[in-house]
Amino acid sequence: MLDFVSVDEPRRPDPSLFHLLRPKVLTARAKAMAGERGRTARWLVLAIFGVLFWAFIFGVVFRLLKYFRGVPEIGPLLAGKLLGLILVGFFSILLLSNVITALSSFFLARDLDLLVAGPVDWLKLYGAKLMETLVHSSWMVLLMAIPLFAAYGVVYEGGWFFPFIVAGLLGPFLLLPAAIGSAITLLLVNIFPARRTRDILSVIAILTASGVVLLFRLVRPERFAKPEGFRSLVDFITLLRTPTSPLLPSEWVQRATMSWLTYKTDLLPWYLLWSTAASAVVLGAALHWRLYPQGFSKAQESAQRWARSGWFSRVADRALAPLGVLRRELVLKEVRLFFRDTTQWSQLLLLAVLVVVYVFNIKFLPLKGDGMTFFLRNVVPFLNLVLAGFVLASIAARFIFPGVSLEGRTLWLLRSSPMSIRDLLWSKFWVGTLPLLILALLIVGVTNYLLQVSVFMFMVSIVTIAAMTLALAGLALGFGTLFPQFETENAAQIPTSFGGLLFMMASVAVIGGVVILEARPVYGYLHARAFGSPSDVTEMVAGFGLAGALCLLSTLVPIKVALRRLQAIER
Amino acid sequence: MIRLSALTKRYGSFTAVDQIDLSVPRGQLFGFLGPNGAGKTTTLRMIAGILRPTAGRIEIAGIDIVGDPRAAKSKLGFIPDRPFIYEKLTGAEFLRFVAGLYDQSGPAIEHRARELLALFDLEEWRDELVESYSHGMRQKLIISSAFVHRPEVIVVDEPMVGLDPKAAKILKDLFREYTRRGHTIMMSTHTLEVAQSLCDRIGIIQGGKIRACGTMDELRRDAEAGATGLEHIFLKLTGENAARALVDVLDA
Repeated sequence: MLDFVSVDEPRRPDPSLFHLLRPKVLTARAKAMAGERGRTARWLVLAIFGVLFWAFIFGVVFRLLKYFRGVPEIGPLLAGKLLGLILVGFFSILLLSNVITALSSFFLARDLDLLVAGPVDWLKLYGAKLMETLVHSSWMVLLMAIPLFAAYGVVYEGGWFFPFIVAGLLGPFLLLPAAIGSAITLLLVNIFPARRTRDILSVIAILTASGVVLLFRLVRPERFAKPEGFRSLVDFITLLRTPTSPLLPSEWVQRATMSWLTYKTDLLPWYLLWSTAASAVVLGAALHWRLYPQGFSKAQESAQRWARSGWFSRVADRALAPLGVLRRELVLKEVRLFFRDTTQWSQLLLLAVLVVVYVFNIKFLPLKGDGMTFFLRNVVPFLNLVLAGFVLASIAARFIFPGVSLEGRTLWLLRSSPMSIRDLLWSKFWVGTLPLLILALLIVGVTNYLLQVSVFMFMVSIVTIAAMTLALAGLALGFGTLFPQFETENAAQIPTSFGGLLFMMASVAVIGGVVILEARPVYGYLHARAFGSPSDVTEMVAGFGLAGALCLLSTLVPIKVALRRLQAIER
Repeated sequence: MIRLSALTKRYGSFTAVDQIDLSVPRGQLFGFLGPNGAGKTTTLRMIAGILRPTAGRIEIAGIDIVGDPRAAKSKLGFIPDRPFIYEKLTGAEFLRFVAGLYDQSGPAIEHRARELLALFDLEEWRDELVESYSHGMRQKLIISSAFVHRPEVIVVDEPMVGLDPKAAKILKDLFREYTRRGHTIMMSTHTLEVAQSLCDRIGIIQGGKIRACGTMDELRRDAEAGATGLEHIFLKLTGENAARALVDVLDA
């Protein structure tokens, strides 16, 4: 064989793909092995939560599929349609998340200076960064896919080879959006500076997500579950037989899976999936070779951004004057940082859409007409509290939970100043809580109005949601301080940390606790109203009193614990 | 103005700062030198109230920083070695925020902030977000912020890193003038020329202990014969073997 390297020419260094990925693997291993206090307990909680989550998804899909399997003719069609719909959702999420992750991994990551300055082959750099992007943006979808496919395999008796079939399908299904997403990001960075691209991308991502949610709601998928709504069975079957979109990889995965499960041989989707994924990687690599050097160079330019806020400062100064200089400046800082960070405020758009969808759902609940008693109409708003509580908990996780983590790098300034940590925590609490409280009252007020509930239920739900909001905000701040993520570069990742998980679990416990404590007096009152008997005052005082105490404790105890923890943190 | 008594900081079994006793009087610029990992930053961060001492006492203007942190910190300005600040605030907003932390606001602070920004050639950038500042500009902004509330004591960790020659000269003049007016500065640096030309007294720390402390003349006397410049004294006191080993490494 010919050796193209001449004897005199020194061998060029050529680090392998694995060598480039090695620091990431070692970092992940070091993180997993870190001998922190309470590590075993953390893993245990994570494992329990993970198993419960899997069991829940598996259980829901299993029941649905069991039902579908019992329906002759259209059963497999329904199962295929369901899988197709879920996979379309997965594919959109994957594409979006790959586009955003690629921006960090290909253009803004801290290790890029080292790799780009080193004698690293462009193709290996592309491969390493593509793998990194794929892993970061796909792990969550993969975790959700496991119980989903397991349910399909169990119900349709896919056999011992089924997991390998799924692995063979999911490989290209995950690779494809990674290659396409990275290519889109590469093109965008060549048009806009990277930091502007990040802003633009976050707005696009949020708008797309909002659009998908709205569209999904407007399509009213629940009608698929009601075949009687269609003119004839033939119409319904025709609709089911039509592929959602024959050109989408999700459709190919669905077809390949269902053909295996229904013992029909169909190799076309396999061919389409693998050849498209391979082509996407090759085209992505070609684009990388052509455009990456200039894109990377552009990404290093920082956007010049002016921020004159004369009128805002003047108005805010006067409005916040009663707080005193220190608290006013702390509040102003929080507000400015939030509204100048596109990745933060743009999430408000998604929030607005979620609230609209929520109210829309309540509006179309079939609560009028025959059979709808006074009792039922008043129980629904009570259950509505649970749903509103979950919505508020997820918002608190997104906006209040990361508050202390985001101070990490600037903690030196606050710690070396005469400001008390108590002031910092309370300013974070109120800046996060007030908008949350307004939103909570708005959601519950509007939905109660739409449901035309009694004055008693209106008052109960308004006071409960207000107390619950304070408790959720206290928990978010408390858990956010107890489990801070000081080193993270991306605020969006903070709520998905271990502490975020614990916060959500604690929130569910508090929401559940409040509702359970209030259920008895509310039931008693409604029962008394419906049947004309007197209400039990002791029961009401005890129930509402205990619920109020639970909310108060959930607000104050976490903040007290957080205060002690923050005072002990040395950074 | 700054008094450290038996100051100690331990991280588990590792002792970063070991029983330091030190006093920096009013109107003095004290230089704190030492090799990497000697305990300089840990000491300064304890004085600034960021780290809590394992043992010992720190007094700022006669106030115990552990006993009454808010009173002690109100006398203090701290300049860290790494310029991490809020990316989404403008330079002017950042200075105003820092003044607010010391409960100061109003036209006098606005005026002072403007003057400090002008001093470090940052006036044009005052309404621009910090995220677009270079490393040196951030450092200059942090230095300005340490002066904005007129502290009596300034604790500064590696002030010259990232500064251009003009800014370095301004900072030196500022430090000199500031101590001449009766204020106190404690500064760590690796730039020995700066320490030699600027500091009234110098302390050399190694392995968490003060190896030598005094004026340049006193340090010369402490070091062995032949050590005239600070570099020689530093290497004599902290071990010059490392410098000699350089040749071996390059030849290897």
